[in-house]
Amino acid sequence: MSLLPIFEWCETTVVGQTIRDSLWLFPVIEALHLVAFAVLGGTVLLVNLRILGTAFASEPVARLARDTRPWQSGSLAAALASGSLLFLSEPRKLYYSGPFWVKMASLALAILFTFTVHRKLTLADEGQVGPHPRKLAALVSIALWSGVAWGGRWIGFSG
Amino acid sequence: MSLLPFCQWLSETRWSIALHESLWAYPLVESTHVWSLALFVGFTVLLDLRLLGLSMRLAPASEVVRRLRPWMIAGFCLMVVTGLLLFYAIPVRTYQSIFFRSKVTLLALAGVNVWVFQTSVWRRVAEWDRDPVPPKGARLAGAASLLLWICIIFAGRLTAYNWFDCDRQPQAAIVNWAAGCVVESE
Repeated sequence: MSLLPIFEWCETTVVGQTIRDSLWLFPVIEALHLVAFAVLGGTVLLVNLRILGTAFASEPVARLARDTRPWQSGSLAAALASGSLLFLSEPRKLYYSGPFWVKMASLALAILFTFTVHRKLTLADEGQVGPHPRKLAALVSIALWSGVAWGGRWIGFSG
Repeated sequence: MSLLPFCQWLSETRWSIALHESLWAYPLVESTHVWSLALFVGFTVLLDLRLLGLSMRLAPASEVVRRLRPWMIAGFCLMVVTGLLLFYAIPVRTYQSIFFRSKVTLLALAGVNVWVFQTSVWRRVAEWDRDPVPPKGARLAGAASLLLWICIIFAGRLTAYNWFDCDRQPQAAIVNWAAGCVVESE
């Protein structure tokens, strides 16, 4: 089954049309999407770099993860909301964009991984998990979120 | 003094043309620029949140700064190098963009903010290092930084849009003045 009819329907929604008809809305939502990405990426990198032992050795991993979690979840929500608006304004173009699908696949994996394996490993007490599974999870997390960022930027180049 | 002749000369150099016309290099530089947002601006925001008393409240402020600093320096270098390359690929249009000019101004203000912070309230950090919510001066610096970086991201993103480009005339006189457009008078 093809998703194209669904994408085409999205294009007809009022929200999508409003954004498409406005000169300013798309760029402004794009910029907000970038702000959310910066905060999200910052929290992801901070926790992962801590796990890899290269930043913040004095803070326990679990405390750092808990401290930054509201900002991580908040910025993820903001990125998803603004991203959905951007999507609604040009779904047909995105359907035929390779980078868009790379981004969506990375995003699905990144979210799934973050809220299951990664969360479990980071919130576990020190000593309960060995350093190697954690470090592997940190590298996977950085790779997946980087895929989201690079795929996202590349959508703009795949006219 | 106008930097326009210099930008024009720059735009005619071999590597500028090559970068501008490249299929892969330009997008690669640009997406690296965006990726490093997460490292540099992301960490800046986390530091600002600490100064505002909104995150990592149990960690001493000086510890947060010391731990984040090497990464922020690395992220800053990456941003500046990729940013300069992006400018080098499209020098004249970028130089005459009101959004880019706003961005440079805001970057300078962000620099001033750091300088003011470091020469005032940061000098006395020992007195408030472990306070979950730092004193007013520190909170002010954190809020200013947060606001400035959000504006910098906006200005950077909007630089891609050609609404106020010099080759789109007529423009309002103030736009032409702010963008430094050379307009033939009639």
